[in-house]
Amino acid sequence: MLWGDVDITKRSIFRPEATSTHDWIGPPNPLSNLRPIVYHVPENETELEKRLRHLRQDTEDWNHDFWTKQNVMFTKEKDAFIFSQLNAKGLSVCDEQGRRRALNAEEMAVFYKSFLDTNRVRHADYNREWYRRNFTITLLMARVALNNMWKTVTDRHSRKKSSTPTT
Amino acid sequence: MFKTPCSRLSGLIGVSVKRKLVQNVPRCNQTARSLIQLYRRDPANWLTYQHLNFLKRQYVTKNKSELHQRAVPKQAPALTILDEREDGVERQVQRISTIDPVVSQPEDVTSKAQAEISDSTPVAEDVAAQNASVSSVVSKRDETPYVHVESEEAKEARLDRQWKEIKVNVTDLPDIYARLAKVKLTALVVTTAAAGFAMAPVPFDPLLFFVSCLGTGLASCTANSINQYFEVPFDSNMNRTKNRPLVRGQISPLHAVSFALACGVPGVALLTLAVNPLTGFLGALNIFLYTCCYTPLKRLSISNTWVGAIVGAIPPVMGWTAATGCLEPGALLLGGLLYSWQFPHFNALSWNLKEDYSRGGYRMMSVTHPGMCQRVALRHSVGLIGLSALAPVLDVTTWTFPLISLPINLYISYLAFRFYHKGDRNNARKLFFCSLWHLPMLLLLALTCKKPRRDPEDAALPSASSAS
Repeated sequence: MLWGDVDITKRSIFRPEATSTHDWIGPPNPLSNLRPIVYHVPENETELEKRLRHLRQDTEDWNHDFWTKQNVMFTKEKDAFIFSQLNAKGLSVCDEQGRRRALNAEEMAVFYKSFLDTNRVRHADYNREWYRRNFTITLLMARVALNNMWKTVTDRHSRKKSSTPTT
Repeated sequence: MFKTPCSRLSGLIGVSVKRKLVQNVPRCNQTARSLIQLYRRDPANWLTYQHLNFLKRQYVTKNKSELHQRAVPKQAPALTILDEREDGVERQVQRISTIDPVVSQPEDVTSKAQAEISDSTPVAEDVAAQNASVSSVVSKRDETPYVHVESEEAKEARLDRQWKEIKVNVTDLPDIYARLAKVKLTALVVTTAAAGFAMAPVPFDPLLFFVSCLGTGLASCTANSINQYFEVPFDSNMNRTKNRPLVRGQISPLHAVSFALACGVPGVALLTLAVNPLTGFLGALNIFLYTCCYTPLKRLSISNTWVGAIVGAIPPVMGWTAATGCLEPGALLLGGLLYSWQFPHFNALSWNLKEDYSRGGYRMMSVTHPGMCQRVALRHSVGLIGLSALAPVLDVTTWTFPLISLPINLYISYLAFRFYHKGDRNNARKLFFCSLWHLPMLLLLALTCKKPRRDPEDAALPSASSAS
C-alpha cells in the first residue's frame, strides 16, 4: 500500500514465531513510532482469547496506519511550508555553503498551528476511537484473566478430588 | 607545663599538613584547570539541562543561540552527543525522527528513518543518513559515544535483537512501577500537600501528617498510571515520553490498570477513613479531574491547561483539610498560589515542545494561541505577588511573608515579562527553570512566616488578670 511515495505497510522483517510462550514486542516502527507485537496463540485457545487477540492485532494495525499517515503528512507539509516561505523571501533552498536553509522557531510556529487546526476533527475522531478500543481490549483482557484463574482453580480442585486415595 | 609538647605536636601536624597541601597543589591545579576547561567548552556544546538531575526530565539542548528548523536532513551522517537521563535506561535509543518521503532509493524508503537535527530532540539520537548507512550513539554505557556505520545486514540483526518477550520480570517491577506512577512528580505533589498540612493553624499531628501524605501519594500514583494507560500511542510519538513502561511493552495495559486500582482504592479509602471524608473526596476528585478531564482535553481544547492548574492546586488544599477537617480561606489561598504558579511553569515548558505537540495532535496554548500563552504566564506570575500579599490578610502568615517573598516573586515576574516581550526559546527555558526552584522556596518562606497560633487560654488570662 502506498501513501505518496512511501510504502507504509513494510515493517520490521524479523518476527518471532507466534508459537512461543509469550507475546513478543519489537523495536519502534520508523514511520509510526509504534512497536509491533507478535501475539502468542495458546493451544486450546478459547473464543474469548481469540476475540481479544484479533482485536489487539486489528487495533495495532489501525494505530499504525493512523500514525504513519500522520507523521508522513506532517513531514511533507512541513517541508512544503519551509519551501514556500523561503521562496516568498526570495531565498533559495540551499545557502552559499550548500546547506539547506532553515526557518526559525517563530516562523515554524505558524505551520504548527495550521497543522493542528486543519486536522482537528480527524484527531478528535481518532481519540474517541482509541479510547473505545483501549477500554474494550482491557475489559477482554480482564475477562480472559479471570477465566484462566477460574479454570486453574477448578482444575486443581478436580485434580485433588481424583487423586484422593480410595480406602 | 603541657603547653610546649602540645604546641610542638600541633606545630608538627601543621607542618605535615602544609607539606601535603603544597604537594597536592599542582595536582589540584591540574584538576581545577581541567574542570575549568570542561566548563569553558564551546557554549554551543553545553548540555545545559543535564546538570539538573533531580527531575530527570528531558529538555531541549542549546545548539545555537537561535535554533533552526531544517527542511531536509544533511547529507553526511551527523552526530549529536546527548546524555539520556531517564532512569531505567535503554542502551541504544532510536530517536523519533520525522520522515522524509522523498528518497533516492525507493526500495529502502521505509526501513530508513530520515532524521533531522530538529530543535526539539532531547534524547540520545540515532541519525540515519540518506544512503544506506546508519550511525548510532550509545548513550549511557560509556561516556565517550561512538559512531559506526552499519551495513544493511548489521542493521537488520540489530533490529532483530530488539525484539523482546513481553514477560514480566519480578525484579524489574519496582522500577517499572516507579516510572508508571511518575514517582518524582508524585513526590513533588506530596510535598505541596505536606506544605498545606503544615500551614494549617492547628497543632501538628505527626501520625495524621504521615497518613495524609501516604494517601495523597497513592492517589497521585493512581492518576499518573491511568494517564499513561490512556496515552500509549501519543507517548510513543513524543521524544519526552517514548520510554515509558507501557510504550515499551514492559507490562500489559491490564497490569497497569490493576496497579492503578491497587493504589487508588487503598489511597482514597485511607484518606476517607483515617483522615476525613472531605480529604478523601478531594483526592478522588483530583484523580477524576486528572484522568477523565485533563487527559482527554489535552487533545481537544486549550482549556486543558486551566484544568491541569486546578489539579495542581488541590493537593495543598487536601493537606490543609486533612489537618483541620474543613475548607477555609487559608486552604484556598494556598491552592491559589499553586494554581497561579502552574501557568508560568507549564507555559514555559510547552513553549519549546511545539513541534512534538503539533505532530502528536496536542492542543496547547503555545502552539495554537502563542500570544495568549505569553500573556497568561505573565499575568499569573504577577498574580503570585498579589496572592502572597493576601496571605497575612487571611491570617495564614505574618506580614513578613509578602516582604521576603517579594524578591523571588519579582524575579519570576521579570522572567515572565521577558518571556512575554521576547517570546524566544531561551527566555522560555529560563522561566521554566526559575519556576522549579521558585515554588519550593515560596512554600518554605510561607512556612517560616506561618502565623503563630494564639491559644484561647492565653486570651482569657489577661482579661482575668486585668479584672482582678
